[in-house]
Amino acid sequence: MEDYNIFASRVVTKNEPLAPGHRACIGCGEVLAMRLAAKAFNKNTIVVNATGCMEIIASQVPYNSWRLPWIHTLFENAAAVASGIESAIKVLSRKNRIPEEEIHVVALGGDGATVDIGIQALSGAFERGHNITYICFDNEAYMNTGIQRSSATPFGASTTTSPAGKKSIGQSTWKKDTPSIMVAHNIPYVATACPSYPFDLMEKIEKALSTNGPSYIHIFSVCPTGWRTKSDLAIRLGRLAVETGVFPLYEVENGVYKMNKIETELKPLSLYTKPQGRFKHLNDDQLSAIEARIHSEYEALKEKCELTQVREDM
Amino acid sequence: MAKSENELTWQDLEPGCIVTTPGNTTDYKTGDWRSQRPKYNLERCLKCGVCALFCPEGCINKTPKGYFIANPYHCKGCGICAKECPAYVITMEEES
Ligand SMILES: Cc1ncc(C[n+]2csc(CCOP(=O)(O)OP(=O)(O)O)c2C)c(N)n1
Ligand code: SF4
Ligand SMILES: [Mg+2]
Repeated sequence: MEDYNIFASRVVTKNEPLAPGHRACIGCGEVLAMRLAAKAFNKNTIVVNATGCMEIIASQVPYNSWRLPWIHTLFENAAAVASGIESAIKVLSRKNRIPEEEIHVVALGGDGATVDIGIQALSGAFERGHNITYICFDNEAYMNTGIQRSSATPFGASTTTSPAGKKSIGQSTWKKDTPSIMVAHNIPYVATACPSYPFDLMEKIEKALSTNGPSYIHIFSVCPTGWRTKSDLAIRLGRLAVETGVFPLYEVENGVYKMNKIETELKPLSLYTKPQGRFKHLNDDQLSAIEARIHSEYEALKEKCELTQVREDM
Repeated sequence: MAKSENELTWQDLEPGCIVTTPGNTTDYKTGDWRSQRPKYNLERCLKCGVCALFCPEGCINKTPKGYFIANPYHCKGCGICAKECPAYVITMEEES
């Protein structure tokens, strides 16, 4: 394992492709997700970054936090730019214009850039089978422009464009199941991750990078500013999202689902929603209705794991 | 040290706004955003490095003796290290 050093009592790479001095808000879970993901990139990685918090906080001219080749794209075309870079590398190495070394191309986008605005370019890139890794940092709204709802915003969350009030529960639609849409492209590797589980996250990034073909990782990213939480809660809330079933950790390799952390008993949803201002208007009945749907989706996911694993064993 | 935004003119920019010194945000001080700072009770420290792993800034470095301390030039004082430290080494105190 090159560039792995003993780091305290655990084994973590000292590789820090994302430098400090970036301008993410105090206690941002999304930049932590990006920092940990970047730790798992090797030096032959080209990073393509759609507009959004993670692009803006890392690249205020004349500064840039990235110690890797990095390009800022539009909101909608990160996957298309990544496809182009990957194709160019293929052609250049066929013509012996660059040394024969593996070069990884990674595209990064927020939930807005991924599940709404960039989904067409992303779907195209995956359908064409480009050897790229796409990472979505899901903080469940368009945070950089002031907390507008996206199709990844969870039901009941108050945002500036789905405000809670007398006649509104907040976001009135259920969170889009983006990982499933990616699985439907029959790509070799799809996973969900959360920085509260850093080793799981970094191993998944490594797996995605070493996958031959398209890979997709959806990372749950706590945003204290947009979620109206205290600045020290990003890790706690990420853990609670997993433990309450709000955001299960799983991976799908060639269509076979596997849960990485199975909760025998899901924790009460209110433990997760209470510390967050965006959910503070929800009453007990509304919370239990949301909880019921989360539980049934959790069971459905477990079933998918069993079914696809049986199919593989046959 | 890169010029700050205030001193910068368009003549200083590379075509395409290319940044030729990767990772140069290390020059940029974010420590003055802080309203609380970490205080260490190092006798309790297990040297596990969990605080450094979970720091959104990536500004917690290992000292020669193996302790993990936040660099005040970049630390924004979020308090995640204090919350996650398994040995309760860190408390957040108001910035003076
Ligand atoms: C085509 C286009 N529309 C709107 C914007 C303005 N804009 C910049 S960042 C942003 C929000 C990004 O949201 P998301 O992708 O979820 O990332 P986050 O900021 O939440 O990390 C918006 C709307 C833009 N840059 N380009
Ligand atoms: S708005 Fe949210 S995601 Fe964006 S930098 Fe601030 S805390 Fe991070
Ligand atoms: Mg977002």
